[in-house]
Amino acid sequence: MKYKILEDIAIADIAIEAYGKNLNELFEHTAFAIFEETANLKKIHDTEKKTIKLEATNQENLLFDFLSEILFLKDTYSIIFKTSKVNITEKNNNYSLTAELTGEKIDREKHELRNDIKAITLHMFQIEKTKHGYKDLVVVDV
Amino acid sequence: MRPQPERPKEINQISEYIWEIPTSHKKGMLVPARIYASKNLIEQMDNGVFDQVTNVACLPGIQNYAFCMPDGHWGYGFPIGGVAAFDPEDSGIISPGGIGFDINCGMRLVTTNLTHKEVQPKLKELTDTLFKTVPAGVGCKGFVDVTKSQFIEIIENGSKWCTENNYGWKEDLEKTEGQGKIDWADHTKVSDKAIKRGMNQLGTLGSGNHYLETQLVKAENIFDADTAKAFGIHSKDQIVIMVHCGSRGFGHQIGTDYLRKFEPVMKEHNIEIRDRELACAPFNCKEGQDYYKAMACAANMAFSNRQVILHRIREGFQKIFNKDPEKMEMNLVYDVAHNIAKLEEHEVDGKKKNLIVHRKGSTRAFPPGHPELNPVFKKTGQPVIIGGSMETGSWLLAGTQGAMQQTWGSTAHGSGRTMSRAKAKREVRGDELQKSMEKKGIYVRSVSMSGLAEEAGLAYKDVDEVIETVHQAGISKKVVKLVPIANIKG
Repeated sequence: MKYKILEDIAIADIAIEAYGKNLNELFEHTAFAIFEETANLKKIHDTEKKTIKLEATNQENLLFDFLSEILFLKDTYSIIFKTSKVNITEKNNNYSLTAELTGEKIDREKHELRNDIKAITLHMFQIEKTKHGYKDLVVVDV
Repeated sequence: MRPQPERPKEINQISEYIWEIPTSHKKGMLVPARIYASKNLIEQMDNGVFDQVTNVACLPGIQNYAFCMPDGHWGYGFPIGGVAAFDPEDSGIISPGGIGFDINCGMRLVTTNLTHKEVQPKLKELTDTLFKTVPAGVGCKGFVDVTKSQFIEIIENGSKWCTENNYGWKEDLEKTEGQGKIDWADHTKVSDKAIKRGMNQLGTLGSGNHYLETQLVKAENIFDADTAKAFGIHSKDQIVIMVHCGSRGFGHQIGTDYLRKFEPVMKEHNIEIRDRELACAPFNCKEGQDYYKAMACAANMAFSNRQVILHRIREGFQKIFNKDPEKMEMNLVYDVAHNIAKLEEHEVDGKKKNLIVHRKGSTRAFPPGHPELNPVFKKTGQPVIIGGSMETGSWLLAGTQGAMQQTWGSTAHGSGRTMSRAKAKREVRGDELQKSMEKKGIYVRSVSMSGLAEEAGLAYKDVDEVIETVHQAGISKKVVKLVPIANIKG
């Protein structure tokens, strides 16, 4: 399972619990949850590409900044994203991220749109190491 | 499942509509928490509210009480429905989590002199026209094309820019909170990213619970005929229009930027918080002031957004009814924020103080004669616009002295959710809901069918019970209930 939506947390918003065997996959799956909450991805093509490059001093801030950047790109370029390929490296407690995103310009007539996610919140925000890798909790404002 | 917050052991009833959680409930509470609710509403309130309102009670400089309104529910940082005032002279803070990412999300109500009988035959055509001309939904682009320098003018001048550029009437300004312009806005405190993200969104509704609704005044729903008349609602079967939206991606980006900026500031000032979303800064420090000025830019963008949308509504009515908007008396009743923080004068223990009042999902409700109100509201008090669910109806109230005495001049903002979005979608399908609402006489257009299901009336509290609570508690008074007949949802 890539992620699940937790129903009993922050009822007006959307609480995502995502999983990954490593940090790259955790970030990709959390982003995927956001993509799926935004539109039906079956109808989205990969005609647009964007690259995200970020640095942060801890994993949680890196995830927050990565997801926030996706929302920035969605509004600024009117793109619905459908995939992300994430590569994270760590050196002396400094994390660097490069991500390649694909998607399509929004077309209200053609696409099955869902929620316009406003922001990533820090409410209950966490990354946890598990037996199988990682899981996180991200509440997004809709 | 993750553990839910526990219900406090002690919730003391202060009066029929006021409940208090004492400072002994949680370590670090500086003041008690007070919740406005009927017995039924307090019993139904989710535990997230109690946890969050008592977290607010721990923030530096808080005065008297941390409040939650009867439409309160679990949010992030503050609960939705949260109200708190902080004294800047007593280390008082400002927190983006006490305002929300959608800075100056708010309500706008517009009258017409058209009757239900006149509008009903053309209701579908009217709604379809507005659905086309007022962009809604994910990533929608606005209908006002502006350059970066024009956008900077807008975020510093608010609705004034709109009326000067033919997006409205001069009289619209006196019917907008603070004339639709917050003076202390400073664009140099806003990131380039926020400007890039927001400058193509002027004139958009967005999604979630945002809407544009055509509503009806029924004779039996007028509770205070004199005040209603003063607000422009003079007859039964009159048609009015309500808009709910905010500062769009521009405000969301400012909230995101400062949430991250405040983390090191808290370390520097030794501020401890119980939820990272309550990140804050002392109001009087540089970072606190920077956010206050950036937040004002977002608030001005939101006033402008609702102002240009009003312009589109007038154009739509003109096209369909072939009459001038002036002749149709399409006057603004009021435009008011329900996600904002402002420095206001209030009385604490008999002394006048300037406090930074946070309202997150709460409407300002200033009484008759309040110096900050436009003279047109001197006798009536400030109009308070409460947006209910799209199925059940909304309310127009008036501000009272009781709100000044009890809740820093604040009241409720909506009906308040009781059910998660995922559960609502399981309970009802968007297309079925659309059909059943049409049978009930409410024509709905939505960009998103799943989004429509999430906003079903069953996911919300009973708005009339929320209103009864604020009316009986004296923090605002009933004027008129408004019933939906057509809704556009993002």
